[in-house]
This record gives sequence, structure tokens and C-alpha cells, in this order.
Amino acid sequence: MTQAPSSWIDIGALSDIPLRGARVVRTQGGCIALFRTVGDQVFAIDDRCPHKGGPLSEGIVHGTRVTCPLHNLVLDLETGLALGEDAGSVATHPTRVEDGRIWLDAALLEKRSAA
Amino acid sequence: MMVQKLVVIGAGMASGRVLEHLFEDMPGAYDVTLFGAEPRGNYNRIMLSPVLSGEKTYEDIVTHDAGWYAAHHVTCRFGETITKIDRARKVVISAKAETPYDKLLIATGSAPFMIPIAGRDLPGVMPYRDLDDTNAMVAAASRPGARAVVIGGGLLGLEAAAGLRLRGMEVVVLHLMGHLMERQLDPAAGYLLQKDLERRGIKVHCKAQTKAILGNGHVEAVLLDDGTIYDADIVVMAVGIRPETRIATDAHLEVERGIVVSDQMVTSDPDILAVGECVQHNGQLFGLVAPLYDMAKVAAKTLTAEAAAFRPQQTSTKLKVTGVDLFSAGDFAEGDGREEIVFRDPSRGVYKRLVLQDNRLIGAVIYGDTADGNWFFGLIKDQTNIADMRETLIFGPSYQGGASTDPMAAVAALPPEAEICGCNGVCKGKITEAIAGGAITLDAVRAKTKASSSCGTCTGLVEQVLAVTLGDAYAASTVKPMCPCTDLAHEDVRRLIKTRALKSIPAVMQELGWKTSCGCHSCRPALNFYLLADWPLEYQDDRQSRFVNERNHANIQKDGTYSVVPRMWGGVTSARELRAIADAADKYDVPMVKVTGGQRIDLLGVKKEDLPAMWADLNAAGMVSGHAYSKGLRTVKTCVGTEFCRFGTQDSTGLGIKLEKLLWGSWTPHKVKLGVSGCPRNCAEATCKDVGVVCVDSGYEIGVAGAAGMEVKATELLAKVTTEAETIEIITAFIQLYRENARYLDRPWKWVAKVGLPWVQATVVEDSATRRALVERFDVSQSVYRKDPWTEHARPEERAAWAPLADLTLEAAE
Ligand SMILES: Cc1cc2nc3c(=O)[nH]c(=O)nc-3n(C[C@H](O)[C@H](O)[C@H](O)COP(=O)(O)OP(=O)(O)OC[C@H]3O[C@@H](n4cnc5c(N)ncnc54)[C@H](O)[C@@H]3O)c2cc1C
Ligand code: SF4
Ligand code: FES
Repeated sequence: MTQAPSSWIDIGALSDIPLRGARVVRTQGGCIALFRTVGDQVFAIDDRCPHKGGPLSEGIVHGTRVTCPLHNLVLDLETGLALGEDAGSVATHPTRVEDGRIWLDAALLEKRSAA
Repeated sequence: MMVQKLVVIGAGMASGRVLEHLFEDMPGAYDVTLFGAEPRGNYNRIMLSPVLSGEKTYEDIVTHDAGWYAAHHVTCRFGETITKIDRARKVVISAKAETPYDKLLIATGSAPFMIPIAGRDLPGVMPYRDLDDTNAMVAAASRPGARAVVIGGGLLGLEAAAGLRLRGMEVVVLHLMGHLMERQLDPAAGYLLQKDLERRGIKVHCKAQTKAILGNGHVEAVLLDDGTIYDADIVVMAVGIRPETRIATDAHLEVERGIVVSDQMVTSDPDILAVGECVQHNGQLFGLVAPLYDMAKVAAKTLTAEAAAFRPQQTSTKLKVTGVDLFSAGDFAEGDGREEIVFRDPSRGVYKRLVLQDNRLIGAVIYGDTADGNWFFGLIKDQTNIADMRETLIFGPSYQGGASTDPMAAVAALPPEAEICGCNGVCKGKITEAIAGGAITLDAVRAKTKASSSCGTCTGLVEQVLAVTLGDAYAASTVKPMCPCTDLAHEDVRRLIKTRALKSIPAVMQELGWKTSCGCHSCRPALNFYLLADWPLEYQDDRQSRFVNERNHANIQKDGTYSVVPRMWGGVTSARELRAIADAADKYDVPMVKVTGGQRIDLLGVKKEDLPAMWADLNAAGMVSGHAYSKGLRTVKTCVGTEFCRFGTQDSTGLGIKLEKLLWGSWTPHKVKLGVSGCPRNCAEATCKDVGVVCVDSGYEIGVAGAAGMEVKATELLAKVTTEAETIEIITAFIQLYRENARYLDRPWKWVAKVGLPWVQATVVEDSATRRALVERFDVSQSVYRKDPWTEHARPEERAAWAPLADLTLEAAE
């Protein structure tokens, strides 16, 4: 009767992402980093640091934050906003985890590639 | 009025409660037929754990007995499973009969999730859901020496494990995640729980990927991905539950993850209601009884045509393991706009975590001292504004009263006999006495009273006593904490890791009172190093606590590509190696090949997903990682020495290669570079290295603590010795001393400046017993760490992890 909206894409298994780690999803609009926190939450944000484009997926994940590997900017995974003294933000993408699979809402991506 | 026929599918906790309300609200309104797959009526499922452990019997937990059903004229059809609902004809169908209904209530609960692995169908593999499962476990436990493996370290799995252990079984808990009950607990609290369970004789294995269940006709063992095997007479799977929705799906009711119901508990068919764990309300599923009871109340009202709406409430749970106190309530995930307050009292094994949002308490996890649990739960449910008691909230209700909520004032108000330092039993009076006697700094108080000299968690309190007593005269201590997660300095943390035998990051965070739940980018790499340096055999290196370069075994460049540097022992290479490097440069389109200052070759601009294949190619030519990315041994630069040079006094190249082969792979507080020159002309620039050897006619001059970075500094002479063997032994001991003592990110020259060269000389040169002990410890550590990381990550089964998780560029293009 109800159908999942078509913009949700099954990306892979939760266990494919290391705990307190990240993996990358390649898209036409650039890479998206999928993070898995210590509490097993999954967040997706653009994999480009607002500072100088560092690959956020390679940063150290602590709590629901990640530290950019290039110059230590700290971003909130949930909001995509830089924390502390720093300014800047990255786009976030909705995710959900079901039965150990990660689903990504590609609505924003589609908008991007359509633009 | 005609009496309507109500058929109920599932005789569990939720439907039982519906019937109670129904018979109370409007007795006789329905003629009830109750189907249950289990051959018995409704019992208190959540009390199965005390039945398992032997603390209660089945009779103790029956909710509705035969007398109750008879009194309410319920037709009981226990042991009869409904296989089909025919909505058109309004009948339910079992193997035995068809039964008509006017109204139907589905309350089928959940089905335990069984991991789809080989061997899961073997006899002896069981879920933990009902009385039959419980009885099977009790029977298995009655055989002497029987062993159980419980898969799943959540509430259910741990209750099963504790019960089986109390019945005398050998029990192992396998848990996929890094720590137990990760949904409720942060790693440090998970560690406390694990310690508690281990004290009860339960073995806990975290990060356990179950690969297969082994056995011939009956379960015999469980095999993990890493090759570990645990013998088992039974295997209990407690990895999760799923709403039991099959008959609803077959009947084409609206089903997503659960049977979709309205606020009135009505499904997409107006004559069919559903309650319990099988339903989905507003996108949410349910796994605890409190909300199910609310559903039951609403369903009974709907059945009697009264208005009511279900609103999910906050829930709380307790782990029902006797002697382990764990309470959690509300929502305790981290998130935007949320703050947490963490309190740890290592000496009492207490841990509390409160999650706040907009001055309201929204979640709480309490371990060890759950007396205040219900008070916190009340604050959550009532959404009390806690702004006024924020500072002292975590201390519980007894702290609130009318008293001041300023922590300083609270300390001021403490009586002289109040204990400040639990480890050394120092009370406030003793500290104020010491202050009166002239001890006006933290160190002085520490020296005089021993307060805060052991675990250090009371340091803050001692400082507050100083501040309250001295007022403005007190200059806050200048100890620089390691990072905002702790008040302790690097040196304190290193010392406490050793003296208190802390062997994991959660252990450090719990015992030393970390203020965050999983550290930050600054403390985690440091702790990881300290732990692996101090406990090489016990500690498991944590890859996620390493900076990108060490995690990926290559140097990240500013554009996100990597550079690859194979090791060239002592700077010596061969035509074969050079050919392999050239081939790799071609094959992987390396944009730049560069000779480094450390006498080797750097391949720059390699894509991450190419790394493993490139390493495999280089490995095939006999090359290993050059660790050009590590806080560890980098290079040993040499000159050609007596082999070819007319000035050479010793075989400097040979010594360099020996040193590099001995020291490579070791992790150090910061990077370490060596040089060996064959004569004082010093072509290998050994006198500005962390360790530099200059060969002379009479032997070897060993210099240490040089620098040639932002700071430039010549080495200082550590020792002059006559043989190569002594040179190697002293250098090894020096590096081990540095590994054991220095703070993370101090290069040797910084560290030596702090501890003084004379102390280093006394330790590694003059005291031969200490030197040999250092070398021995280094060897033990190298037995673990002297291995090529490239080989490990280039294995075919590891490679996928280096590539993107998914590639959507193709799909989006259509
Ligand atoms: C060991 C254990 C400990 C627990 N501890 C706690 C706790 O501390 N706190 C807490 O809040 N919750 C706890 N729970 C969870 C709690 O027991 C459940 O939330 C609750 O029992 C769910 O009620 P229900 O009526 O939806 O399902 P159930 O009580 O499972 O009842 C469903 C019944 O329907 C039957 N059935 C299914 N399909 C059919 C069919 N087609 N035909 C006929 N019958 C069918 C099943 O056999 C079952 O008897 C625990 C659960 C377990 C197993
Ligand atoms: S350091 Fe001395 S031995 Fe070595 S190459 Fe230079 S001159 Fe020759
Ligand atoms: S690129 Fe991320 S901090 Fe500079």
C-alpha cells in the first residue's frame, strides 16, 4: 500500500563502516561521507571540508563530530556546521538504518544533478 | 444488542492488558476467543529472566490463569496458531478450524531475529523469547560443565548470560559492537558493565563477528571471523527482534516495518485492531511494555466505541541482572543542541550520564547507583525546567533542596570531615589545615596531604577547596590538561596508565573520569599510543583513534591523494627495486616521483583506492612500507663508509641497515629519524638527527636529541663506545625509554630537554641492567609491531574497504 519514496537508496551494510569511522559514496555532485558514530548512528555529509576541501571522511570521529584531517576544523555531523571559533558548513543528507542496511536519501543529489 | 464476536490473535502481554480493560470497561460486550501459538495463557514475559536464573518459577509469573479466563468466558485456543486472515469472509484460519469474527485484534508480538549464518538450524541453537526457550536453557544448564555462547550483548543477551551463569554454565557473550549495550551506554560505561560481568565469571568478547555455528547433528561450537572458536552446548541468539507481521501482510493490511495503526489502534481495515510489538505507530516501533500498556488502554476504548488516542511516552528500562544496577530512560543519543553531563566515580564504580536539551532533561543512563533513577525519569516525563539546578543536577534529588546550587558554595558548605580524596582518604579539614600551613598550590597540597595524588579525579575538588580557602590569593594551577576532555596532564595520564594497569581507552576514560563519552581528536591518538607502548601484548591498536596517515599507512596530500614511500634499508636500493617502483609509477599514473631527504623515493598523488594494489605490487618486489607517515621510526640515513669511501672508519652503511631492520615498525611519541656517518665529515648529516652515530677510528659516538625542523639543533653526546653491538643496544634502550616516558608529540630533543641528558645517560648507558630490561621490553613490543602494514591491507579481503562504499554516478546519470 505504502511504498518507500524512490529517492531512498540502499547504500550498503552498517557493518561496512567501521565504528567511529567513515566510508565514501561517490556521486555526480561529489563524494558524500557516511559516518558511523560510537552509538551506531549514521550521518551523511558532503566529503569536502568548508575550509580547504579536506576529505572529512578521513577525519577522527568523536561523539557526533568529525575533525578534518587537514587542519583540524571540527564539524557537527548532524547539522554540518563548523564548531568552535570556525565558521562554515557542509550539506547534510538524510540517512536511516534498517535491518543493518544503510539507506541514503538522494533527493538533494537529484536536485543537484538536475540543476 | 447482539453480542459481538471478538477474536484475539496472540495471548501475550499486550492483548492480556486489552482484555483486562475491556472486561472492566464493559463486561459482556464481546464474546472473546483467544488464540495463542504458545500452549499456555498470558504470563509476564519480562520476568522470564528470573525464571531462567532460578530466582522465580513459572507459576510466580502467570498473569492470567485458567480461572480468570473462565470467569470472563474467554474461549481459549492455546497452542493453536492462526495462519491466515480472510477479511472478505471475516474469519481467521488455523490448521484446525475457521473462526468467524466481528472485530479482530492482532497482538502477535515479535519474532526473534536469527542471524542468517551456517549452522543456525542446528539443535541447541535457540532464541530467548518464551517459556519454552527458557526451559530449554534450564535443561541444558543442568548438565555439569555445560557451555553456552550467547550472541548479542544487549539487555536480553546479558540477562540470558547472567541467568545461565547462575545456573552454573560456562558462558561467553559475543557482541558485534565495540562495547556492551551500545544503544544505552557509552564505551566507558560499557567497560564498567563488562568488568562487572567478568567478575561474575562471564566471558565477554566484543567486536565479535560470528561466522558460523559448527556441529554435527547438534551445536558444538561457534566460529568467529577472526578464527576464534568457542565450544558450546547451546547457542542463544539475542541479536534483536522484528515485529511478527506475517499474517497481516498476507491479508494485505497496511504493513511497513510493523502493522500500521492509527492513534485508535485500528489498522487499515476498520474491523481489525492491532496492539503490542507487532505494530508501527507514527513510524515508530516498540520493544518495551510501558507503551504497550497504553496501547491496550486505547484499544479497549476503541472496542467499546469510546474516544481515545495513543500517545507514545518516554520509557525507562532496568537491566534485570541481580547485583548489577543499570537504569536508562528517555533518549540518550547525542545530537544537535544536546548537551551531556557525565559523572564518574571510579572508586565506587558509579557512572551517570544525563542528556539535556533546552534546559530539559531528555535522557539518563545510570550505572552502579540507580537509587535516583526514578527521580530523573520523573524530570524527563514531566519535562521539568532544570535551569536552576543544572550545576548540581547530576548529584540527584538529595542535593537540590533549598541549598545553593553554585558548586563553589557547595564546596564551601562541606563540613571539615567531608572526604575529598577517596583514594587516600583525605578529608576537607586536612586540606584546609595544609593550606593554613603554607601549602598554597595544588602541588604543595598534594605533597603534604597526598590528596589527588592517586587517581587524580578529585583534583578539581582540591582546587576548589584551595580557591574557597584562599580567595583571590589562589592562583589556579598551571598544569595544562591534555585536552578539554580531562583535567589531567599528559604526564599524569601516562603515569596512571602504568600504575593502575589501565589497558584500554574506555578503561582510561572511565577510571580517570573523562568528561566526554568518546574523547576527541586530540586525546584519542595520544591514548592509543600510550596504551600500545605500555601494554604491547594486551592492548589492541585502535585504528579509528589514529590520524589519517597512520590509519591509511600513507601520507595524505592537500588534494586528498596519498604519497607512497617504500622502505630502502639504510638508503640502499637495487635495480630490481627501482624497476618495480618505476612500473608502479606507470601502472598507477603517479604524477610525481621524488627523491626524499631520507634517502628513498616518494610516489606522490596516488588515489586511495589504488593503494592496496600498489602495495601488493611493491611487496611482490620485496619492498615494505617505509612508514614515511608515522609517529614511529622513519629512516636511517647512511653514508657509504668503509665499503667504498677512502675516509671511512667503520661500516656505516651496514650499521644503518642493522639499526633500521631492528627498529622499523615501532611506534614512538613522535617521528624518529636516524643517521649514521662513516667519519666526522658527516655526509649522512647524523648530528642533527633524533639519534645520530658518527663513526671514528676508536669506535662509535652516539649523539641524541638533534633537530632539523622548525628548530635546528646539534645532537648531544650520549655515549662513546667501541663495538657495534653496544651501539645498537644503547640506541635501542634510548628509543624504548623515549617510548615509555615522553609525552605524545614531543620529539626526542624536547623530551630530553625536559628530563635532562644526565638522567637519560644514567638510565641507558651507566645502568646496564636497566638498559637490558629496556631492550627486552622493546623486543617484546616489536614481536607485535615489527610487521609490514602494507601486506596486511593489501590482502584481497581487505581491499574493498579502501574503495568507495557505493558509486552513484552511474545511477544518477540515467
Ligand atoms: C526475556 C525477556 C525480558 C524482557 N524484559 C523486559 C523488561 O525488562 N522491560 C520491558 O519493558 N520489556 C521487556 N521485554 C519485552 C516485553 O516482554 C515485550 O515488549 C512484550 O512481551 C510484548 O508484548 P506483546 O503482547 O506485543 O507480545 P508477546 O508478549 O510476545 O505476545 C505475543 C504472543 O503472540 C503469539 N503469536 C504470534 N503469532 C501468532 C499467531 N499467528 N497465532 C497465534 N499466536 C501467535 C506468540 O506466541 C506470543 O505468545 C522482555 C522480553 C523478553 C523476551
Ligand atoms: S661521512 Fe666520512 S665515511 Fe661517510 S662518506 Fe662522508 S667522508 Fe666517507
Ligand atoms: S581543509 Fe579541513 S580544516 Fe583545512
